[in-house]
Amino acid sequence: MSSLSDNLDLLTPEFALAGLAFLVFVLDLFLPEGRKRLLAFVSMAGLIALIVVSLVMLWDEDELLYDGLLAVDSFALFFKVFFIGMGIAIILTSMDFVENRLKHQGEFYGLLLFAILGMNVMAQSRELLTAYIALELLSFSLYVLVAYAKDSAKSNESALKYIIVGAVSSAILLYGVSMVYSTLGVTKFDEIAEGLARASEVSPALWVGVGLILVGLMFKVSAVPFHMWAPDVYEGAPYPVTTYLAIGSKAAAFALILRLVAEGFVPATERWEQWQVVFAVLAALTMLVGNLLALAQKNLKRLMAYSSIGHVGFILAGVTAMTGSSDLASNGVMFYLVGYSITSLVVFAALISFFNMTGKEMITDLGGLADHQPFLAACLGMGLFSLAGLPIFAGFTMKFYLFTAVATEGYLWLAALAIFSSLIGLYYYLNVMRQIYIEPAIKGDDGGDLLEQHPALTRRPSLPLIVVLGSGSAAMIWLGVYPKHLIEAIETASRAIMI
Amino acid sequence: MNDFDDIAMLLLILVPLAGSLSMMFMPGGQRKETWYFAIFISAISLALSLVIFANYNYNAGGFQYTATYEWLPGPLDISLSLGLDGISAPMILLNGIVLFGGVLISQTIQYRPREFFVLLFALAAGVYGVFVARDLFFLFFFYELAVLPMYLLIGVWGSSTDFGTFLRTKEYGAMKLLIFLVAGSIAVWVGILALYAESSNLGAATFSLEGLGQLAESGQIDEDFQKWVFPLFMIGFGTLAGLWPFHTWSPDGHVAAPTAVSMLHAGVLMKLGAYGIIRVGLFLLPEGAEAWMPVLIALGTVNVLYGAISAMSQNDLKYIIGYSSVSHMGYVIMGIATLDSIGMGGAVLQMFAHGMMTALMFLLVGSIYHKTHTRDINVLNGLASRMPVNTFFFAIAGLASLGLPGLSGFIAEFMVFIGTFRTYMPLGILAVIGAALTAIYILRLLARTFMGEADERWADLTDSSPVELTVGAAFVGIIIFVGVWPDPLLRVINVGVQTIPGV
Repeated sequence: MSSLSDNLDLLTPEFALAGLAFLVFVLDLFLPEGRKRLLAFVSMAGLIALIVVSLVMLWDEDELLYDGLLAVDSFALFFKVFFIGMGIAIILTSMDFVENRLKHQGEFYGLLLFAILGMNVMAQSRELLTAYIALELLSFSLYVLVAYAKDSAKSNESALKYIIVGAVSSAILLYGVSMVYSTLGVTKFDEIAEGLARASEVSPALWVGVGLILVGLMFKVSAVPFHMWAPDVYEGAPYPVTTYLAIGSKAAAFALILRLVAEGFVPATERWEQWQVVFAVLAALTMLVGNLLALAQKNLKRLMAYSSIGHVGFILAGVTAMTGSSDLASNGVMFYLVGYSITSLVVFAALISFFNMTGKEMITDLGGLADHQPFLAACLGMGLFSLAGLPIFAGFTMKFYLFTAVATEGYLWLAALAIFSSLIGLYYYLNVMRQIYIEPAIKGDDGGDLLEQHPALTRRPSLPLIVVLGSGSAAMIWLGVYPKHLIEAIETASRAIMI
Repeated sequence: MNDFDDIAMLLLILVPLAGSLSMMFMPGGQRKETWYFAIFISAISLALSLVIFANYNYNAGGFQYTATYEWLPGPLDISLSLGLDGISAPMILLNGIVLFGGVLISQTIQYRPREFFVLLFALAAGVYGVFVARDLFFLFFFYELAVLPMYLLIGVWGSSTDFGTFLRTKEYGAMKLLIFLVAGSIAVWVGILALYAESSNLGAATFSLEGLGQLAESGQIDEDFQKWVFPLFMIGFGTLAGLWPFHTWSPDGHVAAPTAVSMLHAGVLMKLGAYGIIRVGLFLLPEGAEAWMPVLIALGTVNVLYGAISAMSQNDLKYIIGYSSVSHMGYVIMGIATLDSIGMGGAVLQMFAHGMMTALMFLLVGSIYHKTHTRDINVLNGLASRMPVNTFFFAIAGLASLGLPGLSGFIAEFMVFIGTFRTYMPLGILAVIGAALTAIYILRLLARTFMGEADERWADLTDSSPVELTVGAAFVGIIIFVGVWPDPLLRVINVGVQTIPGV
């Protein structure tokens, strides 16, 4: 048995990230009001440095820490870079919003950094309790962030909902962990797989335990029928936090699910074949319900909430198709996570920019956007087309890759259903497009002149948002036209968990 | 093989695509300059397609100008594989011509011309891509790329039609068109995934048309599998080809679209559907195709008759042409379904011939609508005395459409009839009846709109603009040229058609 302090240096990025978070909290105390913007830059500089450090230090590393509780491998590195990169983008996206609409800026960035830390550890953990702790670190940061607009009743309501649902789901998850431990006596993923494969007759308690773990995780990714909290929370949370919920926490939960399924379930082939059906049904329900309910939405945030539920359905279809013999499905899931996050980021950045200008968040408020803000409209339009899965954007290639993987593993019906759900999605994305490009400009409040009431609409979006929109759109097209390099990186990451 | 041959296909796609992208960064608001630049791009594109078509070696046949670029290695193994055969060669020429014509007459676009051309060129790039792609992934990629700009092109620049009792808005037309086409592409996508999964089961997972074609040729693809997958392609691609009963988007969409888009869409885009049935359905699933051909030819016959009868009862010029497209695409579908070398050749020639004449008709109608602000044939009358050249061109297009010998439509339809008579005699008779119905609605249209005493409202009406008339004259010239001397097209088409399995 190796000692606990072996290879501890491999966790340098995590320690540094925690340090960075504390630094931001402390700096906040000394910075005068009005100069808090500096904190955003400190956080971003730190995160960029962390990406470099991680890449240099952990490239090609494949080690286990704490006697196998944490893995430092290509999979973890891939997600680490991905999460930190998304973190930088989120900070850029939220700077104006935080400065103008929220109090206590320092804590906002600090909590964001802790959330990223939680996500990084989630992608690394290969043991149930460690995963649980990492998940809670992420969740607790998010509980506070959702409630951040504390003067807004909506924000408070959604935070309360989120905490209650989050706590319940965590409890369910923890109960599942304890039942698995009580029956198998282990909590590490690979040992769970061995236990599952060995047990000729599985006791009902194990079934319940695994089931509860899944329910807990499905709550976190808002899969149907555990999705009800998502639209309300999305609507009430401050816009940047909504963005983070949609692209960050979900991706982290899927990183955890990927490793759990790949290391814990797939090797126990017989059991996994039974559970695949459960995943398939969940995926089918999630994609259909998410996309159908999105049709009825009038609020942009709620629309994005349901649309993201629909996308979760697609990703779950990819998880369903994971097998020991091929890494196509796990590649597809990771590709989808990256492509979806970048696309959503562009859409949300455009919406936040619009919100900063007008404070409006209904679909019909976008009327005539192309006339006032052609750049914003173009980015939003491209993002919506990408979400709908049309070329030349990331949405097309990622869907094609993922659905091919699903079809190849024998789930052609699920792929067909996913493609059909995409069509439903196209309809509501096009309705937003119609507002942006075809409908005439909306009137201001009380029928007044819109541009007079919101002069910001005639000015350019702020620089950080332009950076996010521009680079995000470029990345979207890059992934849609030539994803080779990303997929090679994904294949390396995928091999780390599949063998 | 020289350097040009290696990059010809890539250039064909990249020229409009680069045009589209570079126009995005042009300053807005400069109408003339934007238009000139668009003409420049489409002229290059036309020149390219002409040179490529002219240099296609019909003695050698097969795929030429082939080029393969690795795109995604690994388990999925997708490569950008391009090439041109006898079936696609006339199609890229058609696209080049119609695109050039469409851009020339788009000087009338006042509202945001830059965005209009960005989308139009993206669409054109997609069309070229489908015709030259030799990999299912890219075929589908370009197929969607060709469909997706339609929504905005119609929704933003289109026109609504007031029927008195109800209004067919452009938004309605655009949404209907896109939902239908994307629904069709769902079927295509599922079919592609099924094919890939099947090839994966056979241990040779590939998206390449060549690889899948070899599997099909060696009889490894299970017959039952072929029989259930073929209808996916038949209906999916058929929707875009206007196959009855999935055609209803077509008249509404064409009517709502601005002139250049109608030209491209009815002229070229609908051909993508027919081309897809041939390229994917017939080449990769020959046994499935054989089993489904009786159904397809029956549907095609309904297309011909139903389209013609619907056209007879329309009063809106664009709706008449829209339904006539449905009817004429019926001949294409029938020709394909004969699986007969003459019928198939006729189908491909009809794709070209119909593309030219329908584009010409939409051009002329667009011009009339621009000047009179109406398309109602009960309101329009006696235009011949006011717009003599426009009338003359319209008559030529109409006569080509009803199959007058000496014009392009005749040879194509005649070949389809021969093919049908050799295979499904009774349907051949119905098809000939359809041609007679065409005469009725075309003559009705000509008589009402152009003949008779001109209303005094049209006293100040002048003929179409010089640009429109020049483009019209060129189109008329091509229609007559193909009608009199179809050999340059037919010899290429025949080479391509002979490679189709089962023909």
